[in-house]
Amino acid sequence: MSTVTVKDYRANAQASTWCPGCGDFAVVAAMQRALVNLGLKPHQVVAVTGIGCSGKFNYYLGANAFNSMHGRSLPVAQAIKIANRDLVVIAAGGDGDGYGIGVGHFIHACRRNVDITYVVMDNHIYGLTTGQTSPTSRKGFKTKTTPYGAAEHPIRPLPLALASGCGFVAQGFSGDVKHLQSLFEAAIQHKGFALVNVLSPCVTFNKEQTYDWWRENLVNLDEREDYDPADRSAAYKVVNELNSLVTGIIYREERSDYQDELPNYDPQPLIYQDLSRPIQDRDELLAAFM
Amino acid sequence: MDFTWKIGGAQGEGIDSAGEIFALTLHRMGYYIYAYRHFMSLIKGGHTNYKVRVSSKQFRHRGDKLDMLVAFDQRSIDENLHELKNGGAVLYNAGAFEPKFPGDVDVVPIGVPMQQIAKDHGSIVMTNMAAMGASAALVGLEPDAFDAFIAERYGKHGAEVVEANRKVVRAGYEAASQVTTWRATLPEIPEENKRKKRVFMHGNDAIALGAVVAGCRVVAAYPITPATDILYSLLKLLPKYGGVVLQAEDEMAACQMAVGCNYAGVRAMTSTSGPGFSLMTETLGLAGVSETPVVIVDVQRAGPSTGMPTKTEQGDAFQAIFSSHGEIQRIVLAPATVEDCFYDIQRAFNLADKYQCPVIVLTDLALGLSKQSVDVDDIDFERISIDRGELLTEEQVKEIAANGGYKRYAITESGISPRALPGQEGGVHIAISYEHTEEGHEDETPFHRVSQTEKRIRKMSTFDPEEFGVRLSGDRKPELLLIGWGSTIGQIDEVRQALAAEGRSVAHLHLSVLYPFPTRAVREAIESAGSVLVVENNAFGQLQQLIQLHVGHYDHMHSCRKFSGEPFNVSEILSRANEVLAESKSVKEVG
Repeated sequence: MSTVTVKDYRANAQASTWCPGCGDFAVVAAMQRALVNLGLKPHQVVAVTGIGCSGKFNYYLGANAFNSMHGRSLPVAQAIKIANRDLVVIAAGGDGDGYGIGVGHFIHACRRNVDITYVVMDNHIYGLTTGQTSPTSRKGFKTKTTPYGAAEHPIRPLPLALASGCGFVAQGFSGDVKHLQSLFEAAIQHKGFALVNVLSPCVTFNKEQTYDWWRENLVNLDEREDYDPADRSAAYKVVNELNSLVTGIIYREERSDYQDELPNYDPQPLIYQDLSRPIQDRDELLAAFM
Repeated sequence: MDFTWKIGGAQGEGIDSAGEIFALTLHRMGYYIYAYRHFMSLIKGGHTNYKVRVSSKQFRHRGDKLDMLVAFDQRSIDENLHELKNGGAVLYNAGAFEPKFPGDVDVVPIGVPMQQIAKDHGSIVMTNMAAMGASAALVGLEPDAFDAFIAERYGKHGAEVVEANRKVVRAGYEAASQVTTWRATLPEIPEENKRKKRVFMHGNDAIALGAVVAGCRVVAAYPITPATDILYSLLKLLPKYGGVVLQAEDEMAACQMAVGCNYAGVRAMTSTSGPGFSLMTETLGLAGVSETPVVIVDVQRAGPSTGMPTKTEQGDAFQAIFSSHGEIQRIVLAPATVEDCFYDIQRAFNLADKYQCPVIVLTDLALGLSKQSVDVDDIDFERISIDRGELLTEEQVKEIAANGGYKRYAITESGISPRALPGQEGGVHIAISYEHTEEGHEDETPFHRVSQTEKRIRKMSTFDPEEFGVRLSGDRKPELLLIGWGSTIGQIDEVRQALAAEGRSVAHLHLSVLYPFPTRAVREAIESAGSVLVVENNAFGQLQQLIQLHVGHYDHMHSCRKFSGEPFNVSEILSRANEVLAESKSVKEVG
């Protein structure tokens, strides 16, 4: 088997249109390294996005890509995995895409537990539409659409994922690419739906949640020897106590994934099934309607 | 020659089970059955009924009239008496209520204490079985006629339950035999019917069966009346082939999932009704611009909004053809019969793969939920073979990669860009909802916008709608041309035959494809006709407007529209046709 390098990914990637300094560059770089480290070639991977700055993640990753509509990365990504379980499927989006318009899909993806990885580049702002409040913006946050400060409380992705039955909940930070890479590798290797929420600064429109601000406020749980990510209660507790200002693997649970639960689901990907079988079974199929 | 029977009561009283047992029994005896369910969007109470048309030959509708009504309550009489023929019978639940009839009607009331009989045998839950027994006596069946079905249906509840139900049937049979001499006459069963193998299925069953034959392996959908039965059928069929029935969180997800599977190379569809289809329209645009095949079944119900979820309508033609922002190519098929459902869903998958676009299959509640006897010979598993269109093999992809690289949206003469699948080495690509270059890179420059749009338009140029469902029957130069689409074919055909029997010159053009519109066939038929009557189950005349859009304004075009939520009766179309014929005659006389 020939080895794969980051160059193999970069060969397919497009030139970036993200702002210089955007946190999302680190997300792409960490993902490319994670995929390479796992020995995955670009043709074995599909990255699915919605719309927003984050929606361009897969243009720059250099694997197969499906770019869906705003908020709809998860339904497409889950379906691709169901169709061909040999593929490594990564859905990616932003906080508007995933926790605003697409939040319903997110909750159901958590409980459905199809074996895909979901990366959310969470910058607490709408960037591509030039700076409106986001579902993760803090109450009181001033933007173009909230000149007097946001009236709503923010969505809290980590407790939401935990409460929705997500079996792998992690949070990373664009300022620490190496740590991010390790989280992506663990998420891809996790059997089932895995969330990696990435705190990824928008250098143009969010002057509050900057690289420095995150660095000052984040606690890395992976460095805490006494923290057990298998303990669901502990996960709730730490997220609550530290107001979600944590990085690392917050919760991880080994359990069967969606496809394991399907009746008579073949380990061989659906894409390779023999489609002529119903014709051979004609009499039996018709007998059910006689 | 036919016989029509209906059983009515409150929802939750076993009306559907009784109706289905009655229908299936006569189907297996060799009759052709058309069964129509009238129901409401509730679980207990209200009024529900199940009508069974029994005939020696195949009919495509429920029939206007009724020979015998089984009434569990007064409401069943009030709502259905208008259908009853003079001298018809009303078998009612004596003791449960005292039936009231208007003074001037000619009916034969037959009181059988069905509820009491059931109660005496253990439970009023079996009232429907007493009704079955009484019906068997009145239509001349043997008291054991339903035994096999009772065992099939209630066997899982144990031998005691089966036996109790059989006893109730027999007690109902005895009681009805003694109380009246009224007897229905069932048609003769032609000998050939007994030799023929036939299935009893509705349009939703046929869609499900056809989908499996077409190689569909994933259906993602959200429950909605009247489309949910497609899921029930597929749940019985798909797991056998490793396939998946996925109940999505909403219709947006359902349609996106169908797109995702198709992108990955597995045939997938979603099924819904009007309100769900509305939520899917954003995905239509995605499938259109990303050129991803997808098949969507819309079993129409009466809208708009929640509308009348349990009533039929042909109100979604415009939605199917025009919905989505921007401009995309699509194909809209409208099967007219159960057999069409079986074949059209297969055609839909082939067309979606061939043209890499959404294909919408429009049926309706009447076709979707009315179980009918269909000859097995007309459900041919090998008539339509699977054609995946320009789907590249691993080797082809490698060759393309070695010769300049694979471009997902390559500009080609046909407009169809060969499709690689994720997982194929050398075929790494982007499928995209933005406007794009040949490589699938987001792009807004006029050159790429124009060339890609032209490519998408061009790829449909080989689609010939006339190949996919234009039926013309009757006279070549008729004084009256009847035009319909979808599930109304049975009634319109009967009107044509009735008028022809009176010596009128009539033709019937029936469309099973609405987009791209079969303009040539429709123009030719209209231009050779005296008057035109467009028959459709909606209020706005959607087909008529489509004809005006594609063919032109015709001052001799008339309409017959019904939007009450019920399918057409033959008499309604016939009287409108006679009006039109009389009108055109008087115009000629004056002229």
